[in-house]
Amino acid sequence: MKLGLAIDLDTCVGCHACAVACKEWNGKSLMGGAPDYDPYGSAPSGTWYNRIRQYELDGDPSFTPQGCGSTHQPLSKTINVPMSCMHCEEAHCVTVCPTGASYKRAEDGIVLVDPDRCMGCNYCSWACPYGARELDADQGVMKKCTLCVDRIYDQQLPESERQPACVLACPTHARHFGDYDDPASKVSQLAAARGRQDMLGDLGYKPVNAYLSPRKPAQVEAVALRQGLSDKAKAFVNRLISL
Amino acid sequence: MLGQNQGVSSPSNTPLSANRPIHIEDRSQQTVHHTTCYMCACRCGINVTTEQIEGKTSVRFIQGNPNHIVNQGVLCAKGSAGIMKQNSPAKLQQPMIRRPGSERGEGVFDPISWDDALDLVTQRLEHIRATDPKRLAFYTGRDQMQALTGLWAQQFGTPNWAAHGGFCSVNMAAAGLYSIGYSFWEFGAPDWDRAKYFMLWGVAEDHSSNPIKIGLDKLKSRGAKFVSVNPVRTGYSAIADEWIPIRPGTDGLFALAIVHELLKADAIDHTYLAKYTNAPWLVIDAPGTSQDGLFLRDDKGLPLVFDQNTNSFATMKKGVAPALDWSGAHPPPPGGEGLGERDSAPINASSDRTPSPQPSPPGGGSQRVRTVLHLIRNRYLSDDYAPEAVAAQCGVPTEQIIRIAAEVAHVAFKETITLPVKWTDIYGNQHDEVVGRPVAFYAMRGISAHANGFQTCRSLHLIQMLIGALDGPGNFRSKAPFPRPIPPAQLPENDAGLINAPNTALSKTPLGFPTRPEELALDANGNALRLDKAYSWEAPIAAHGMMHAVIKNAVEGDPYSIDTLILFMANMAWNSAMNTNETQDMLRAKSASGDYKIPFLIVSDAFDSEMVRFADLVLPDTTYLERYDAISFLDRPISEPDAAADAIRHPIVPLDRDVRPWQDVLVELAGRLKFPAFVKPDGEKKFAGYTDFIVNYERAPGIGFLGGFRGKDGEKSLRGEPNPNQWKAYIGAQSFFAHHWPENQQWMRCVNQDYLNAAAEAAFIPKTEGIIAQLYSEPLQKFRLAGQGLYAGPKPTREVDKARLTEYFDPLPSWYAVDAAPLPPGGRGWGRGTSATDTATNGQHPLPNPPPQGEGTHYPLHAITQRPMMMYHSWDSQNAWLRQIISQNYLYVATSKAAELGLNDLDWVWVESAHGKIRCQMKTMSGVEANTVWTWNAIGKMATAWGLDKEASEATTGFLLNHLISESTRASTGERMSNSDPITGQAAWYDLRVRIYKANETGVWPKIEFGKAR
Repeated sequence: MKLGLAIDLDTCVGCHACAVACKEWNGKSLMGGAPDYDPYGSAPSGTWYNRIRQYELDGDPSFTPQGCGSTHQPLSKTINVPMSCMHCEEAHCVTVCPTGASYKRAEDGIVLVDPDRCMGCNYCSWACPYGARELDADQGVMKKCTLCVDRIYDQQLPESERQPACVLACPTHARHFGDYDDPASKVSQLAAARGRQDMLGDLGYKPVNAYLSPRKPAQVEAVALRQGLSDKAKAFVNRLISL
Repeated sequence: MLGQNQGVSSPSNTPLSANRPIHIEDRSQQTVHHTTCYMCACRCGINVTTEQIEGKTSVRFIQGNPNHIVNQGVLCAKGSAGIMKQNSPAKLQQPMIRRPGSERGEGVFDPISWDDALDLVTQRLEHIRATDPKRLAFYTGRDQMQALTGLWAQQFGTPNWAAHGGFCSVNMAAAGLYSIGYSFWEFGAPDWDRAKYFMLWGVAEDHSSNPIKIGLDKLKSRGAKFVSVNPVRTGYSAIADEWIPIRPGTDGLFALAIVHELLKADAIDHTYLAKYTNAPWLVIDAPGTSQDGLFLRDDKGLPLVFDQNTNSFATMKKGVAPALDWSGAHPPPPGGEGLGERDSAPINASSDRTPSPQPSPPGGGSQRVRTVLHLIRNRYLSDDYAPEAVAAQCGVPTEQIIRIAAEVAHVAFKETITLPVKWTDIYGNQHDEVVGRPVAFYAMRGISAHANGFQTCRSLHLIQMLIGALDGPGNFRSKAPFPRPIPPAQLPENDAGLINAPNTALSKTPLGFPTRPEELALDANGNALRLDKAYSWEAPIAAHGMMHAVIKNAVEGDPYSIDTLILFMANMAWNSAMNTNETQDMLRAKSASGDYKIPFLIVSDAFDSEMVRFADLVLPDTTYLERYDAISFLDRPISEPDAAADAIRHPIVPLDRDVRPWQDVLVELAGRLKFPAFVKPDGEKKFAGYTDFIVNYERAPGIGFLGGFRGKDGEKSLRGEPNPNQWKAYIGAQSFFAHHWPENQQWMRCVNQDYLNAAAEAAFIPKTEGIIAQLYSEPLQKFRLAGQGLYAGPKPTREVDKARLTEYFDPLPSWYAVDAAPLPPGGRGWGRGTSATDTATNGQHPLPNPPPQGEGTHYPLHAITQRPMMMYHSWDSQNAWLRQIISQNYLYVATSKAAELGLNDLDWVWVESAHGKIRCQMKTMSGVEANTVWTWNAIGKMATAWGLDKEASEATTGFLLNHLISESTRASTGERMSNSDPITGQAAWYDLRVRIYKANETGVWPKIEFGKAR
């Protein structure tokens, strides 16, 4: 199996639901731990496995239908990008780990950290181009997305809930979970239909998670209302409409 | 945290990797409870997993309930962060009383027992109730219990009650309820499954959190077009197919230009207009008389139309074929000739401006009458509303307005949906299908928070009515208990005798929907009966009250002073107040005798807000996981278009401190004060507490707070006698109840006979009667006639009131410029916009000139706030997780504007309005209308409030725009008016205009500290 996420940038509104659901599940899960530092102080921070970044694409007319308003209005498209571990096929974070704590599971491809072997040296986080790894300063251990491995294999849960917490929570259903080795899985189908995008694919780490690009804006091919009417109003005829 | 549970190795059938086991959650000590979220006003179903650790219950996990009709399993960031609300250090621990000798606002308290606190309150309120009940004012914030608090105020006998709708959404609610019978936000929803074109107007990531997000995904998956009209491209606007960065406050003008285009092409739904709206109703044209602009009615008061089948006047009944665009005389002149113009001549863009015919002589003769649609065509076909004329002012190019109008028309009429659904209309006609114009609108704060918001929202409804895009497949659907009569048949209490009578309940709740000047809450001299001046000439249809006016009015004794102010869950000393600094001064203000001008201030909240620090007595509330709540049909239930639904909360986490549910406190006080509805004839308390009250109180026979599981054995829905096991039944049903409407009652509900029958049986509406959409609003015209001195009833005496009524109470949707006029220095005119000389029926409506640009403009920029999706409505615990996402706000400035002004990212800037100035840090962005600056709402806090450290970033770098907004404006004739919509009294937050320039200093200014008056 090649388990991973498909994240739809067409519908992500940047609401942080996935990030908080992740923090909530993994904060206390036996495979997780996501401490808060100075949570009520001047610089609140903490360990998060999933963070949302927001970008503005400027000047790209493809996001403004008909290019309308190019002289009056900013050509701007806001894109929200949730970022977490890509569970790379060529996981450099695993290669660089001096203790063997970071490992990629053969059976499903999930990249995990064995807390008993991790010494918190941060090599893996420097190796990760996605900034997906964050140190748990309380334990001195590196933390990262587990793809909720302790949910997806938990037989106590109904099957519909054996999914990562972020996927269950996402209000716009912009996150999908599944097996990329199975061409019939939802993630494979979505990746095929929408054209998967690899985050920083050039680096060669072969991320498993796929991003789905914003769709081309929907357009309505409407006949102009004024056609043939110039600026005169169309004659109004009272129709016989019986109550 | 790791290892807090006793870990178990993965079961043998789970994969292992290099002998490194997966540790699965130990659920042996866990329980899953179903309840309703309260992190915002969306009210999603949540499954709360608790676990027992060393004998203590703690919340392990909160997730969306997949069976719930609101959120269908998903959950937003706030919902998941509910754990940290429960764990917040800001939770109040016990009742507190201001320490003797300390000053209000220092926040120095002594503990007091509940017994002593309730005795103190009872004694004080008993005295007020026995002397002058209106000297108690009771205002509540984002609660969902207005059916109870309103009943409580009514039983006390004070008119001075409202919730926070007056500074939140009343423009949306009132515009809808005076136009279409339901409204944006609570009482309607887009048909996400079928809409093909969706316009989102001025929504600042605020309301209906998860349903909107679920819906946007549905739209985008189906390839429907999503158009966002919003000055800022964040949140939902980020994923819009087309973003229209409109100038704040001009949405109405844009909407009316769309109307212009639709009318010009006759791209309107004749059938819908003729059958289901007042488009064919006849309006009397008699300028200078008390009848001018009123509907022509028969002797039973029913409105008349011109029937094309019989060439005579008739009421709206089966067989009549009303003429839509018609003018003529009533009664017809002798001879029968010249009855009217059956087909009006083509109207040129600026034609038909001929003066109105002379009114009929008093005492006889015929009257000139014109249909509503005739007036509409005359009005909006004018060049004043042409896209070319409004483009510059809206910041929306002419060609874009023309194209959007064409797209709306195309989808409405060329992509019509018909569903094979049998239904019966109010005229008795049976239909085999329901026709849907699949254009859906939704709107919220960006429309609401302007002083032209009511008329702007009416303009949006005008488009919906003209194209017939209401409660049909693919458009904007109603949610029970709406639709209701237009406006709802509920009047505000205005009996001065009752209001002033000691120990006497009012005859109705303090809030309602006036339809004519007689229904205002005025004393014999025409002065406001209410402290906030709702339902006075200053804000005649202030249907949600005007909480933002309360503190100022009480301190000024204008219209009168009070004794006690109770505030529940409303942060009126900080982010919910305009003019925050001076509001704090008002709360501290003393009279010459040394007493506080607001003598006694009771605050109830669960958390340590800024407002709590200003209390004389603090009555600490519980959290949403610790108490019972009813989310009631009598208030704002959780209905969706396909189902009438309500919900409850129930205690999941045991109380660990000396606090009480506010609702229990209210029921207790009601018993102690012997409110008639709360005591038996012998004076004994009728209800043991809140839960007992909810089960047994009946507003009408069989109608109570909760509609589900009624009847002795819980077998009845919506109406039925009380069920002693109702709470248990709800808990067993995952804390909600849903009555799914049968197919024949799902559409066109304003005119759907079977639905109206069912709604009357459930007491959603008083009786089965069609609800005809009101393009033209006769109630507004009656107020305008009063302003013109023509109304045959109460009339204002102050010039400022006359002028405001005449200008703004346009019976047809109108637009006027908004520009907050400051209280001194000087004042800038008596009101808003220009002093139009328009009358109701002369077919003209001059528009003001575009605002001055560039040099000479003191405050050239609009300043607004957005609601952060991950925090909106959840500031009240200063959540440990959510503040890791945002704990400092910046002023966002358009990249182009910053370059023009020589400003850069992270510069500190002064932001100045006519009212005051602040210093804050800025960032640039491209996705904002060039003349608009904005920030996140309510991130700034006062140091040490909300359980935060003194140096918390919210206090050191966060800021509020509120300091720049005056709560009052000054008329040129000298009167102080609230900074509000002149029709509804809605707080005009977004009319703020500013200038910005680089600051030499750094750091946020002003910094306000508790106990330090400026």
